[in-house]
Amino acid sequence: MAEQAAPALDSAQHTVETVTVAQALNRALADALAADDRVLVFGEDVGRLGGVFRITDGLAARFGESRCFDTPLAESGIVGTAIGMAMNGLRPVVEMQFDAFAYPAFDQIASHVAKMGNRTRGVLRLPLVIRIPYGGGIGGVEHHSDSSESYYAHTPGLLVVAPSNPQDAYSLLRAAIQSPDPVIFLEPKKLYWSKGSLDTSLPVPRLGEARIVREGTDVTLVSYGPSVSLALDAAEVAAESGRSVQVVDLRSIVPFDDETVMAAVRSTGRAVVIAEAPGFASVASEIAARISERCFHYLEAPVRRVTGFDIPYPPPKLEHYFLPDLDRVLDAIDSLQWDDQAWDDGASDSKTGRDG
Amino acid sequence: MQLIDSSGTPHPDPDYAVPPADVLREGYRNLVFGRRLNDVCGALVRQGRLAVYPSSRGQEASQAAAGMVLGHDDWLFPTYRDVVAVAVKGVSTAETIGLLHGNWHSGYDSRAERVATQSTPLATQLLHAVGFAYAAKHRGEDTVVLAMCGDGATSEGDFHEALNFAAVFKVPVVFFVQNNGYAISVPIARQTAAPGLAYKGIGYGIPGEQVDGNDFAAVYAVLKTAIARARSGDGPSLVEALTYRIEAHTNADDDTRYRDSAEVAEWVARDPVDRMRQYLTVQGILDEQTEADITAGAEHIADQLRESANLDDIPNPLDLFAHVYSEPTPQLLEQSRVLERDLARELEGHHG
Repeated sequence: MAEQAAPALDSAQHTVETVTVAQALNRALADALAADDRVLVFGEDVGRLGGVFRITDGLAARFGESRCFDTPLAESGIVGTAIGMAMNGLRPVVEMQFDAFAYPAFDQIASHVAKMGNRTRGVLRLPLVIRIPYGGGIGGVEHHSDSSESYYAHTPGLLVVAPSNPQDAYSLLRAAIQSPDPVIFLEPKKLYWSKGSLDTSLPVPRLGEARIVREGTDVTLVSYGPSVSLALDAAEVAAESGRSVQVVDLRSIVPFDDETVMAAVRSTGRAVVIAEAPGFASVASEIAARISERCFHYLEAPVRRVTGFDIPYPPPKLEHYFLPDLDRVLDAIDSLQWDDQAWDDGASDSKTGRDG
Repeated sequence: MQLIDSSGTPHPDPDYAVPPADVLREGYRNLVFGRRLNDVCGALVRQGRLAVYPSSRGQEASQAAAGMVLGHDDWLFPTYRDVVAVAVKGVSTAETIGLLHGNWHSGYDSRAERVATQSTPLATQLLHAVGFAYAAKHRGEDTVVLAMCGDGATSEGDFHEALNFAAVFKVPVVFFVQNNGYAISVPIARQTAAPGLAYKGIGYGIPGEQVDGNDFAAVYAVLKTAIARARSGDGPSLVEALTYRIEAHTNADDDTRYRDSAEVAEWVARDPVDRMRQYLTVQGILDEQTEADITAGAEHIADQLRESANLDDIPNPLDLFAHVYSEPTPQLLEQSRVLERDLARELEGHHG
């Protein structure tokens, strides 16, 4: 969906650094601000403070108050004004401070961000990015740990992206800012401080391309954002007991890369979908349904989901009971009708999340 | 603020001059046109040729002024009830009623017309107007934005966020509230305990002005001043026009359930069209020939409107997938092929 940017061919710039996800996002914003003077960054505390997660650290000082600034504390106001700016030639990138604090903006998002391009038959496209730190695992009090991706993914007209590592955090954010369509950019906040390599000279990717992040032949784990590292850990442990586990990182929830996911599942014949959000009517459910419809004749076992329970996000001392963890993923893998097993439907097993 | 009272008598104001004769004559032409547009659209709904029509009958002075007062590069952000203002701004009547005709969610090219889509959700468009004005100011352009809403919308959070953002960033936007007495059935007393809606500017550091919304000259003068202020860099302002919705909320509403006909009659006596005709005739600005031309012109446009409403122009169903994203997702391509197959079957059915 994104315009292709010319890759930087200067080999001197072709350097790989080790950075955190937070630093990669900061770099993406800085590079986008430097590359395109239509780009503006604004929200709550993003100016002088640099954002509560420091994602916008230093941007106001480097690019000036007119390019990166604080707004009044009102999320609908932030998104609503971003819409008007995008209608009038700018490319706003706004920050919602936390997932649950984006809800006051939901009316603007669902009624206008998602629909303006369609309503005007493409005359008023809205090239804007709404960055949302999302998900749990940081010991946050209520309203600081929601996985809200299903609301956005269920709203036609939005693109929904969730990176799982520093390189994608950088590349996908650059792609989102270049996109002619509005993007909900979900930043897994528990990954902000996790490190990985970053090469800023790689070409800006298209949105909507999943990636196989670990090859395997026995079972495919499908995940995105904060759950990818869990899937990789599970694959590592399963390998010790002789199971070859493939891991797919969606990177983009909308557009959904059916092609890569289905080819992956067909190659292994088994699938587990992992996501933090409550499982009922969720992105994980949609993925499981799509796999069941499209890979039925290739499947050795029903598609399983490992998700959060269908409960409000727990308080910090109990959140580890809610979040998908290694045991639940390994249990789900174990239940996939291997030759030596009877099928366990998981219903009597309180350790698994909701499943089919 | 009033410049011409309900009997058509001049009512001088120390701060605002009566607009020049050519503006008043043009204003009257638009009042007559607006009234005709309201009547014809009402009739088209009754004949089943429009899906719905939220009439602005009784509010034509505010509508005409809003449509006339902007400069060439300025933008209007209207609501669903502002069909007349949109048409006066220059959008063809056929395109103006596109939304009501049910062909698409908006019937005109917003960028070409410099008119945002008519907003159905309340007050949301005010924030878009603020952002739009922000972008203009950011680039150093002198575009001004006129953002319209009704009395009910002033209870929505977005109204307050829009005023606040506009004031904090000092953007060139004018908020124009038509207080027509009712939000469907709920009277203004249930929307606010403030002495008036214009007062709501005070809390945001925005000047407010209350104006007789049925007095074209007064509404035009007040909006013109507010727009000049915005263009000069002095920031936003809030204008409240006191007017009245003579007809029900839409054709689907029954206003006899919540208001007395005596109240409606009181406001019919303050009609914006009659008072203007009276004033212009006495002042010698309007002669019989001009009046006849204006009436004929409105009739001509009404005929065109009826003709366009008669067109049985069903849009291409596949367009439903064409504009959701700048490029359809693989999922939308798949789904459009499903619809394509259904359409082919439908066609076969017709022929077979």
